[in-house]
Amino acid sequence: MKMLLELYITFFRMGCIAFGGGYALLPIIQREIVENKKWAENDEIIDYFAVGQCTPGVIAVNVSTFIGYKKKGIIGSIISTLGFISPSIIIIAVIASFLAEFSHIKAVNNAFAGIRVCVCVLIFNAVLKIGKTGIKDKFTLLICLIVFAIAVATNISPIIFVICSGAAGIIIKSIKKGEDIK
Amino acid sequence: MSELIILFIEFFKTGLFSIGGGAATIPFLYDISDKTGWYTYTDLANMIAVSESTPGAIGVNMSTYVGFITSGVIGCLISTFALVLPSIIIIDIIAGFLDKFKQSKYVNNAFYGLRPASTGLIGAACFEIVKISLINIDALKMGNIISFFRYKEIILAVVIFILIKKFNKHPVFYIAFAAAVGIVFNFAA
Repeated sequence: MKMLLELYITFFRMGCIAFGGGYALLPIIQREIVENKKWAENDEIIDYFAVGQCTPGVIAVNVSTFIGYKKKGIIGSIISTLGFISPSIIIIAVIASFLAEFSHIKAVNNAFAGIRVCVCVLIFNAVLKIGKTGIKDKFTLLICLIVFAIAVATNISPIIFVICSGAAGIIIKSIKKGEDIK
Repeated sequence: MSELIILFIEFFKTGLFSIGGGAATIPFLYDISDKTGWYTYTDLANMIAVSESTPGAIGVNMSTYVGFITSGVIGCLISTFALVLPSIIIIDIIAGFLDKFKQSKYVNNAFYGLRPASTGLIGAACFEIVKISLINIDALKMGNIISFFRYKEIILAVVIFILIKKFNKHPVFYIAFAAAVGIVFNFAA
């Protein structure tokens, strides 16, 4: 019981200071989990991130679940994840309720019009970063362009793209391997 | 009541199929907007900004935001829990045989296709934000090419992109800068 409480508090604290998500969380986890609490080795954390990135869901949540599972099994994984997302829920709920009241003020509207431009650039930058690790050859470039074109032109659910592109990855790789043998 | 059920189902699907972290949830949020009309594309761009400027994972923050504006506190609890539930289930299963998973050929090969697709999906989401922030679609429909581009906004976008490449600071700095520019130059007008 004490361990569960400690898991919750530790992950709650990390949820409060983790700006940006994804790999931005790595140094915070290394300090809290590896150095302070000694709950896991550095190598394990790197593994958790690697696998957390290639499993569905938010990377930071996946890593929290891993560490919680390692300490206290399934209950531990649930508690640590709830700890990590609790600050987000509180902070966003407060901001969202305030924003609705301020939304008719002219300065607020002007600020958000500027901010939307910034979001546009931030996401463009994210696309460039993800593209660097994902687009390695002409096949992957083709997949990216096809998905982009269809997603812009239609309202097809992203789920369809995820399933088809995963299958395409497996098929292309197995055909390529056949070429290598020849 | 039925709204809460839809929230749960949509965010469970988002958690289950968004691969590659934070930005990967954005295409799903567009999809939810199309299907339900709970919020506009403009609302969504604002939410992304708030989620990037507050602590916590971006995907979690965005699902909390959507849940809150749709159904208040209960809504944000349900949407966020639904988002992380697939993670908890999948990771608990994988944690038992972590090494096998890492070395699996099928997993690696699937990712060969998934990563570029994720890039394309997020690129399409970016294009939707371009449409509401940098250009003026209505002007094009009326045949007015000159006011099709929003010049002030495009200049700001180029400046921010150069700043990001040069300084690589946390997004919250650029968001604050853009907000100030928006107020000074009357961007909403």
